Amino acid sequence: MDNYRADVAHIGKSVIVKGELSGCEDLYLDGEVEGNIDLRNQNLVIGPNGRVRANVHAKDVIIHGKVDGNVFGADKVELRKSAVLNGDISTQRIVIEDGAFFKGAIDIRKGEGKTEAGRANTSPAPAVPAPALQTAAGPSIGKVVE
Amino acid sequence: MGFFRNIFGGGVQQSAPESESVRIPRRSTGFNQFTRTILRPDGQRILDLGATSSSNIQFITGLGHMAYNEDVLTAASSEALLIPGQEEGSKTVDVERFLADELQHPAESFDAVLLWDICDYLPEPLVKPVIERIYTISKPRAALLSFFHTRDAGPDAPFYRYHIKDAETLELQEGPRHRLQRVFQNRHIENLFRDYNSIKFFLGKDNIREVLIIR
Repeated sequence: MDNYRADVAHIGKSVIVKGELSGCEDLYLDGEVEGNIDLRNQNLVIGPNGRVRANVHAKDVIIHGKVDGNVFGADKVELRKSAVLNGDISTQRIVIEDGAFFKGAIDIRKGEGKTEAGRANTSPAPAVPAPALQTAAGPSIGKVVE
Repeated sequence: MGFFRNIFGGGVQQSAPESESVRIPRRSTGFNQFTRTILRPDGQRILDLGATSSSNIQFITGLGHMAYNEDVLTAASSEALLIPGQEEGSKTVDVERFLADELQHPAESFDAVLLWDICDYLPEPLVKPVIERIYTISKPRAALLSFFHTRDAGPDAPFYRYHIKDAETLELQEGPRHRLQRVFQNRHIENLFRDYNSIKFFLGKDNIREVLIIR
């Protein structure tokens, strides 16, 4: 069990993070984050208690909680029935459960940074900031308030 | 342990089936005409003002377009929008606040707009401002699809969400309780969209008038 838990980082519902949140492992986030989340090649789950006021970059993004910000899922974005998302989505695949609330734009992109063939009028791919410097295997985070 | 494995370790996680409430198929001439206007070119911006619908998003993005979703009715139903009315004890909707929070897009942003039947359900003070705002944020020659009830089915009549099944078929799913506010006559609809370029009416079998408007 301990080895398995090491594969996924966990931010509990009492944790508040303000600042840049990045890492090189999957993350289950059930607390509050304000700032920016960059898990470029990892998966992110925002739990039902999760409250995110940030732009989110990850490979797969599954949302159960609330997000105010743009979501960039390199592979997939899923909004579960309890999800509330105010912001734009850019991804290759989107799944929205009945009951989810979404306000924003959806841009389906095939392949990293490319639009679907024939689509001439889409906005350019979002700028990709360099990932934050990692000092440990776990997520690097800004100010943490518990 | 199994919880995290299910989240990340088991390949693509399948979503739960959509709502178990029944979806009633409904052929729609108006929607078919609307779809014809947005077939080409790719990359159009389509605004859906109904409740979030995976089917609608899949349909729009499947055509190669960008889908924008904004559930105007849910926003308009918020108690936070209520302010004291002119009559003592009455309440009305804060139109300014609503327009400050909703439909905030640059001018001429959208190639097409799906209003569904929101005009029948919006609080009275919001109807004209919303149509005027849609005029501003839609492009010249943009297509709008709007549905209107032809009769009042009473206070207990269900409210239906519209899901797109294909280019000529919609599916109705009973949604959250919204009360029908009014029944427009044709001349009222023409007056409501008087600033637009053209209006075409299609009458459905189920007491719904489908209207295709060109901006």
